[in-house]
Amino acid sequence: MRGARSAKWVAMAAVVALGATACGGGDSDSKGDSKAAIDPNGTFTVESGEPQNPLQPANTMESYGSIVINSLFTGLVDYDESGKIVYMNAESIKTSDSKTWTVKLKSGWKFHDGTPVTAESYVKAWNWAANPDNKQTNSFWFSDIAGYDKVAPEKGKATATELSGLKVVDDNTFTIALTTAIPYYEYKLGYQAFSPLPDSFFKDPKAAGEKPVGNGPYEFVSWDHKKAITVKKYAGYKGSNAAKNGGVVFKNYSTPETAYEDLKSGNLDVTTQIAPKDLPVYKQDLGDRAIDQAYSAIQMITPAFYTKQWKDIDPKVLQGLSMAIDRDTITKTVLQGTREPATGWVAKGVLGYQPDVAGDVTKYNPTKAKELIKEGGGVPGNAITIQYNTDGGHKEWVEAVCNSITNATGVKCATDPKADFQADLDARDAKEVKSLYRSGWVLDYPVNANFLRDLYGTKSSGNQSGFSNKTIDADIAAADSATTLDDSVKKYQEVEKQLVNYMPSIPLWYYKVNAGYSEKVSGVKFGQDGDPILTGVQVKKK
Amino acid sequence: MGRYVARRLLQMIPVFIGTTLLIFLMVYALPGDPVRGLFGDKGGSPQVIAALRHQYGLDQPILVQYWDYMKGIILHADFGTQIGSGRPVTDVLGDAFPVTLRLGGFAFVIELVLGIGLGVFAGLRAGRAADTSVLMVTLLLISVPVFVLGFILKWIFADELQWLEPNVNDPTNYGELLMPAIVLATASLAYVSRLTRTSIAENMRADYVRTAIAKGLPRRRVVGVHLMRNSLIPVVTYLGTDIGALLGGAVVTEGIFNIQGIGGTIYQSIVRREGTTLVGLVTILVLVYLVASLLVDLLYAVLDPRIRYA
Repeated sequence: MRGARSAKWVAMAAVVALGATACGGGDSDSKGDSKAAIDPNGTFTVESGEPQNPLQPANTMESYGSIVINSLFTGLVDYDESGKIVYMNAESIKTSDSKTWTVKLKSGWKFHDGTPVTAESYVKAWNWAANPDNKQTNSFWFSDIAGYDKVAPEKGKATATELSGLKVVDDNTFTIALTTAIPYYEYKLGYQAFSPLPDSFFKDPKAAGEKPVGNGPYEFVSWDHKKAITVKKYAGYKGSNAAKNGGVVFKNYSTPETAYEDLKSGNLDVTTQIAPKDLPVYKQDLGDRAIDQAYSAIQMITPAFYTKQWKDIDPKVLQGLSMAIDRDTITKTVLQGTREPATGWVAKGVLGYQPDVAGDVTKYNPTKAKELIKEGGGVPGNAITIQYNTDGGHKEWVEAVCNSITNATGVKCATDPKADFQADLDARDAKEVKSLYRSGWVLDYPVNANFLRDLYGTKSSGNQSGFSNKTIDADIAAADSATTLDDSVKKYQEVEKQLVNYMPSIPLWYYKVNAGYSEKVSGVKFGQDGDPILTGVQVKKK
Repeated sequence: MGRYVARRLLQMIPVFIGTTLLIFLMVYALPGDPVRGLFGDKGGSPQVIAALRHQYGLDQPILVQYWDYMKGIILHADFGTQIGSGRPVTDVLGDAFPVTLRLGGFAFVIELVLGIGLGVFAGLRAGRAADTSVLMVTLLLISVPVFVLGFILKWIFADELQWLEPNVNDPTNYGELLMPAIVLATASLAYVSRLTRTSIAENMRADYVRTAIAKGLPRRRVVGVHLMRNSLIPVVTYLGTDIGALLGGAVVTEGIFNIQGIGGTIYQSIVRREGTTLVGLVTILVLVYLVASLLVDLLYAVLDPRIRYA
C-alpha cells in the first residue's frame, strides 16, 4: 500500500507491508474537461504491480490485487466520498434487530459470461470462501455469520460445509443471520470478499483466479504475468458507476521512480504514488494534474502491553510521550507533506470521525510532556525502543519521532529495525516486541467501529499489543448491540473519546495520496481507500 | 575429452545438491513465515493459515521439505508452487527468464565486442596516449556505481534529448533494451578490456610473437591468431563467470529500468519468503554457472593447443 513511500524497493515490499486492504472506492461524478473531446472508448494505463494472490475476490488483500478485483466485481453496496453507503447490486438491505438481515437484489444484473446474478451467486460464493479448505485469505470476514464455528472450528474437524446463517429465499432475496447484533453490518458488505461469483467459478476456482469472471463495470481481458493486466468496459453493466472509458491496463512497476518517469514521458496515464525523490518537484512538474489528498488510513506507535515496561503503566506516561512528538514539523520536513498530523484514533473520511478527539495529547508540548511523564511515575528504565520494518520507508520518521521524544523529555529512545515486514510481523505475533512498535491501519469499511473495535477490543484480530481494558470492552459490546447505525456510531464516538484516558496506542498521522496523471486523461480522483476511481476517468481524443 | 566432460558433469551433482540445500536452509532460517505474511497487519483466520501451511508442507521438518522438493525437481521437473499466487514456479520462471536472457545476452554481446575491442586497441598501443585514455575511461566506468550510471543515462537520453524511452515497456523491443543493456554491461566491459589489454601487452613481448613477426607473417595474422588466442584465456575465464552474474545479478539495473526479470523476482521472493520460488531460480542460476564454467574449461583447449584434457 501507499503508506510505504520512501524505500527504494518500496513498490515490491509495499505489497506485503501493512497488508493493506482496499474497499470499493466510492463512485463520484467527475466533471468532464470541456476543453478536449472525450473518447468514451479510450483506454488508459494505471501504475500497479503483480498481484500477490490469484484474482479471487475473497483471496485478495493487498492493493495490487484489490484494484483489479474492484474493477471486475460490484458487490451489494459501495460508499460515497463522505463514507455514506450506496446500494449497488442490492435493492435494499433491511433489518429489524441488526442480527438478521434481508438482502434484496436488483434484478437483471448479469455476470460477464451472461449468467444472471442471483441470491444463489452470493450465498454460494460466501459459503465457498468461508470454508478453510478453500484457503481464502479473507475467510475470517465471514466469521460474523451464524454457523461459521461449524464450518471453520478453531479445533477439530468441520461439522458443516455451509454457513447456517445464509438462506436463499428466492432468486433475488436472501437472508443473513449473524451470531451477534452488528448495527453497521451492511457497511461491511462493501468489502470485496462479499462479491458474488458465477457458477463457472466453482467448476475450476484455480482457472477463475487466472481469468476472473465478475459482474462489475469492467470485464477481464488478459493477464500477462509480471507485465500487465488488461480489462475492458462491460457494455451490459447495470450499476450507477458504469465506466466512462473503454478500459484499463494495470501496468507493473517495480519502483515508483520508474512509474513517474513513464508518466512524464507519456507511457503511463495514472500513478498511484510518488517516490520521495520526486515529491519536492511533482507539483511543479504536473501542475493541476498532481493529486494530494487524504485517505482513510492511520499510522501509530503502539506500546507492547505484554512487556514488563508497559504492563501496568499509568496512561499519563503515554500521554506525555505522545505530547513529546512534534507531528507538525515531522510531517512537513521528514515526510515531505505526505501525511497529516492525527488528532485521534479514527481516520478522516470515516463515518463517525471526530476532529481533535485526543485534545492536547496529540499537540506538541514539551513542558507538559515532561510533567505528565513525571506524574505517571516516569518511563520504566527511562528508555524506549520503537520497532519498525526497514523495507517500508519508515526509518526516517521513526528516527525523527525518537529524536523528538528524547529532546523533549530526556527519555532515551532507540530504533529497533527489523529487516523486513515479515520479520517485524514475526516479532509482533510471537509477542517479542521489546517496547513500542510501529503499526498502521487502513480502513476495511468506513465506519469508526473498524478503527476501534477491530484494534482495541481484547480479542480483536487486529489487536497485537495485548491491550485489554474492561471498560473499553464493555463499551464496545454496548456499541455493537445498539439498535440503529447512528446510535452505534455515536457510542463508538464515545469509545474514541475515552481512549485518551487509556492510550492503547499513540496516533501519529493520517495518510495522504500523492499521485498524478497524464495529459491524456481527465477526471482522475482517488477514493478513501487510496485507490484511483477508475470508472470516472475520461480519456481525451487524440 | 569425452571422459573429462563426463567427469565434470558428475561433479556437478554434489555441487548442485550442496547449493540448493544451503539456500533452502538459509531461507528457512530467515525470520518470517510466507503464509502469515499474506495476511499483513490484519491477522488471519488460524484455520486458513494452518490449511495453507499444510498444503505447502511448511508444517514438515526442514529436511523432509527439502527431500520432497528435490524429488519434485528431479522426477517431474516440478519446481514447486508459489505460495502467494498458487502458480507453479516453472510458470513464474517462464515469465521472467526470457526477459532476462534477452537483456543479459544483449549486455554480453556489448561487453564482448566493446571490451575485447578496446582491450586489444589499448594493448597494442601499450604505454602510449591511446592506452592511457582507455585506462582512464575504463577506470571511470568501474568506479561509477550502476544506479548512478543508470540515472545519468536516463537523464541525458530520455529526459533531455528524448531519444530513448526512459523505461522498458516492451521487453522484446531491443531499442528499449539498449540503455539497460549498456548500463548492465559497463562494469564488466571495463574489466574485460583491462584484462585483455594487460594480457595482450604482455604477450606482445613473448618469444612466439617475435618469431611470428620474424617469419614475416602479416600483422593481422600475428595479432588475430597468434596473439589473441593466447591472450584471451584470462578473458574467457572472466566472461564465463560473468554470464551468471549478468543473469542473476541484474537486480539494480532491472529496478532502474522497470524490467520484470530474474533479478527482481529473486528480490521479491526473498521479501515474501517464497522459499520454493527462490530455490527454483537459484537452482537454474547454479546450473548456468556450472555449464558456463565447463564451457570455459573446454574453450581453453581450443584457444591454447598446449592444454589437453585426457
